Amino acid sequence: MASITIRDVKKSYAKLQIVHGVDLDIASGEFVVILGPSGCGKSTLLRMIAGLEEISGGEIAIDGTVVNKLEPRERGCAMVFQNYALYPHMSVAQNIGYSLKVAGVPAAERQLRVQAVARTLELEHLLDRKPMALSGGQRQRVAMGRAMIREPKVFLFDEPLSNLDAKLRVQMRSEIRKLHRRLNATSVFVTHDQVEAMTLADRLVVMNGGRVEQVGTPAQIYSRPASRFVATFVGAPAMNILEGTVDLDGLSLLGGSRRLAMARAGLPVGTKVAMGIRPEAVRLVAPGTAGALDATVDLVEELGAGRVIYVDLDGASFSVMTSEAVHPEPGSAVGLKISPEDMHFFSSDTGTRLEVFKASVPEPAL
Amino acid sequence: MEKRVTFGSWTIGILFAVPQLLLIFTFFYWPAGQAVYWSLTLQQPWGGGNVWVGLDNFRSILSNADYWNSITASLVFAAISTGLAMFVALVLAALTDRQLAGSRFYRVVLIWPYGIAAPALALAFRFILAPEAGFLSVINRMWPGIWDPGLDGADAMASIIVAFSWKYVGYNFIFFLAAFQAIPRSLIEAAAMDGSGVVRRFWDIQFPLITPTIFFLLVINITESFQDSFGIVDIMTSGGPANATNLMVYKIYSDGFKGLDFSGAAAQSIILMVLIIVLTIFQFRFIERRVHYQ
Repeated sequence: MASITIRDVKKSYAKLQIVHGVDLDIASGEFVVILGPSGCGKSTLLRMIAGLEEISGGEIAIDGTVVNKLEPRERGCAMVFQNYALYPHMSVAQNIGYSLKVAGVPAAERQLRVQAVARTLELEHLLDRKPMALSGGQRQRVAMGRAMIREPKVFLFDEPLSNLDAKLRVQMRSEIRKLHRRLNATSVFVTHDQVEAMTLADRLVVMNGGRVEQVGTPAQIYSRPASRFVATFVGAPAMNILEGTVDLDGLSLLGGSRRLAMARAGLPVGTKVAMGIRPEAVRLVAPGTAGALDATVDLVEELGAGRVIYVDLDGASFSVMTSEAVHPEPGSAVGLKISPEDMHFFSSDTGTRLEVFKASVPEPAL
Repeated sequence: MEKRVTFGSWTIGILFAVPQLLLIFTFFYWPAGQAVYWSLTLQQPWGGGNVWVGLDNFRSILSNADYWNSITASLVFAAISTGLAMFVALVLAALTDRQLAGSRFYRVVLIWPYGIAAPALALAFRFILAPEAGFLSVINRMWPGIWDPGLDGADAMASIIVAFSWKYVGYNFIFFLAAFQAIPRSLIEAAAMDGSGVVRRFWDIQFPLITPTIFFLLVINITESFQDSFGIVDIMTSGGPANATNLMVYKIYSDGFKGLDFSGAAAQSIILMVLIIVLTIFQFRFIERRVHYQ
């Protein structure tokens, strides 16, 4: 059990800076997921915690001890790698028991502990096999076993599920969650898959371009994204964004072709903003309904349980997710009804969330 | 899936193979066949036909103490030079793989010796190791007479071993480095996370994973030490002093072309060939079992 404190941590290779001053506190026993697109520095951050990557600036402390200069083995972390990194010349039992062997644990005790871990992960019948003779899911479990057996203070996961097929991924996801509930070890999990991130995390860290965009529970991140990046990165299909300009008594959208009446609470006239609406927050109504935006259907994607309807709003593409049994024909007209409380506003310049707008008029007037 | 080229007609396939078959036949099977024939006959030094003598050539060679001395010298040479060349190359490659300072430099420079013809490098080593004026003459100044490959058989053997190993270190290095670099970085990192230090990681992870390369180089180095040593011996020691460096391949040359005993030399070639075949079979039978192919 250990807490992790990350203070202004930076990473650069020669002149290229990858991580720009990250601050993060991870409580003991917490499951934190770092989510971000590829190249955002999330794996680099994880590897700096592990000790596989040198820290260019700032400080990382595990359980109050600064670990910047410590070797990986002195930090008490175990890591599960994306490609599993199983030792190909060792059997499953040897793979799992290797850290104990290095630590000089007697063979008899080693065997008992390998057996115990194998039982937990249902690997008992595979102990004599070489990694080559295992399936993807089994390799994944061996990699987990290798991390578990050391009873580490911190578990680090570097996109461990991305090499698995969809079905196995869902299964392993719930197994990792169950395992964490049982072991209750501090875990840091890096992924670019938002579903994985939402389902696993106690707390979610969204990273972009080497910076932390937002830290919060999955629900907070979803309902109150701190920036335009977070808003469009989390959620599928992605949040719709309509560019607009603040005018005297509301917003002028899409270059002036649509208007939303609302109190502008402090923003000067002419300020450019981006308004975001989640596709699942939009209701489809009959075209011409009062307070709804009229649009033309482009494409319908059937998902079984629901469907995504892509519509054209004066040239801007806009998606609507509905579970209602509506099947509009491409080319037909629909009305889009949006509640003011579902609207998110971001500064067009900086992308940060604006809380200044109060929807004083319940229905957007056209 | 392996891609294979298939030809509609059998003759086209054969036609493509013919140039290579001709080369192999002309430069390998034909001379080898001739050597077998000569080894079973006695050839007149100035021509005039062969007399069939059966295995007499082999009997006389194998009952000659000089020949057994030559076999011993060859085996000593093969064992020490292979060991030295492989060990030095392995250490250099392991260090280079860790990206230590200067590794870029090694990588380029170390392949060069392999490109130098054996007689040329032998001449260079002859100067370097010359007891009266070379680098090692310093030792002789301190302890006069301690180093003299012209008089001391052990010194001479050491000289040709050093020259041969120097040439093959570069060759081995390239293979070892490629093998090290083929090991996924994450395996080393996983071992580091498992608490394994640099040396332990080398023995537990890297070494077992490069055993196929070690095995390949072992076979190549031993075979080459029997064959490629000729130029070095010829320039540096001419088999001397007192036959101390008269390796099998050099003795074939000196007996055949200087002693004009073509039949005896042919028989020696056959013995050398059989020895290399036996050694290679031995390596495949007993050492390959310990190799982990991935």
